[in-house]
Amino acid sequence: MNAEPWPLWEVFVRASRGLSHVHVGSLHAPDEQLALRNARDLYTRRGEGVSIWVVRSDRITASDPDAKDAFFTSPEGKNFRHATYYTAAEGVKHL
Amino acid sequence: MTTTTEAPPAGQARFDELIAADSRIEPRDWMPDDYRRTLIRQMSQHAHSEIIGMQPEANWISRAPSLKRKAILMAKVQDEAGHGLYLYSATETLGITRDELTEQLLAGRAKYSSIFNYPTLSWADIGAIGWLVDGAAICNQVPLCRCSYAPYGRAMVRICKEESFHQRQGFEILLSLMHGTPEQQRMAQDAVDRWYWPSLMMFGPPDADSPNSARSMAWHIKRFSNDELRQRFVAMLVPQAEALGVTLPDPDLHWNEERQAYDLGPIDWSELQEVIAGRGPCNAQRMQRRREAHEEGRWVREAAAAYAAKRAHPETAEAVA
Repeated sequence: MNAEPWPLWEVFVRASRGLSHVHVGSLHAPDEQLALRNARDLYTRRGEGVSIWVVRSDRITASDPDAKDAFFTSPEGKNFRHATYYTAAEGVKHL
Repeated sequence: MTTTTEAPPAGQARFDELIAADSRIEPRDWMPDDYRRTLIRQMSQHAHSEIIGMQPEANWISRAPSLKRKAILMAKVQDEAGHGLYLYSATETLGITRDELTEQLLAGRAKYSSIFNYPTLSWADIGAIGWLVDGAAICNQVPLCRCSYAPYGRAMVRICKEESFHQRQGFEILLSLMHGTPEQQRMAQDAVDRWYWPSLMMFGPPDADSPNSARSMAWHIKRFSNDELRQRFVAMLVPQAEALGVTLPDPDLHWNEERQAYDLGPIDWSELQEVIAGRGPCNAQRMQRRREAHEEGRWVREAAAAYAAKRAHPETAEAVA
């Protein structure tokens, strides 16, 4: 066993120019350089990406899944933020 | 391990609601302990299988019949390592560490698929493994893409995409041999004879003897029963065997018009029990090789860790040196 386990890294891959980096999975590596190399070997064996980000998992701040309802209530009842709320323009072109 | 023993208010209800809606469970959601334990066991066995599964195929890398075949086989074995790593990461989201998982495998406390305890005796075995073993794995794995535990499903989507190359390359190896000399044809048939039954056993015991299946299906971890998947696999194989010109080694195999399914000859389940109990042809060899590989890699892990520490704290590292 390793004396101290290698930290976990989250891997994000940009599939091609013009697209966002998307989370693809995670891996263990002792430092950011090896994390990047391992990510290349593990997640882009078939040309799946043109750019990779690695971020230490413990550096990510995430919302609490149990507090989901309280945390995300604000948009509820505000369907006027969606274009589909406005129906008066029906039949009128380019609106 | 961070298991929650008591449900938070509404935890169980929320879990049941998500399962009933055929939605997905994410790592930080509350889940029943048994659900977590079942997944850790299944996913880690799956990961270990990918890792051990590298060995029977790696056996032929140095003896592949051409440079191209060799490059393909290396890519395939690399994929198996990758699949193991995707699955280990997904398993870790359930609260077990990578070191614990590795330790369970090395100590012989964890299981892996019995199929990898059979030897690869000829080059044709590489074809039979791709066609039959990876074919059976695909039948098992495609429904797992919709597993209720989201990280498992996500890993399986990636794995399934890559597995289809494995099955096709196996089929192609067998087809080349079947178009070759009578000796090559015999080699292909012999490999199919040896791998056919073990590949049917990969789906697990018959439904009547698979007590945990019902619960896994209720949790939407499993989507089809062992027998259903086995049946689906055989239905897929029959026309493929015809295309290859090989005979599936089951004299009782025939289409049952009434059931609209294939009737199979009896499967020798005592053989599977023997292999699971550690008395298969290669159990000891596979475990020994894995332990050696782990030991032989120790200096690499230590060197990488030392280098990372040196870069993180250059002053201290210099003083030590």
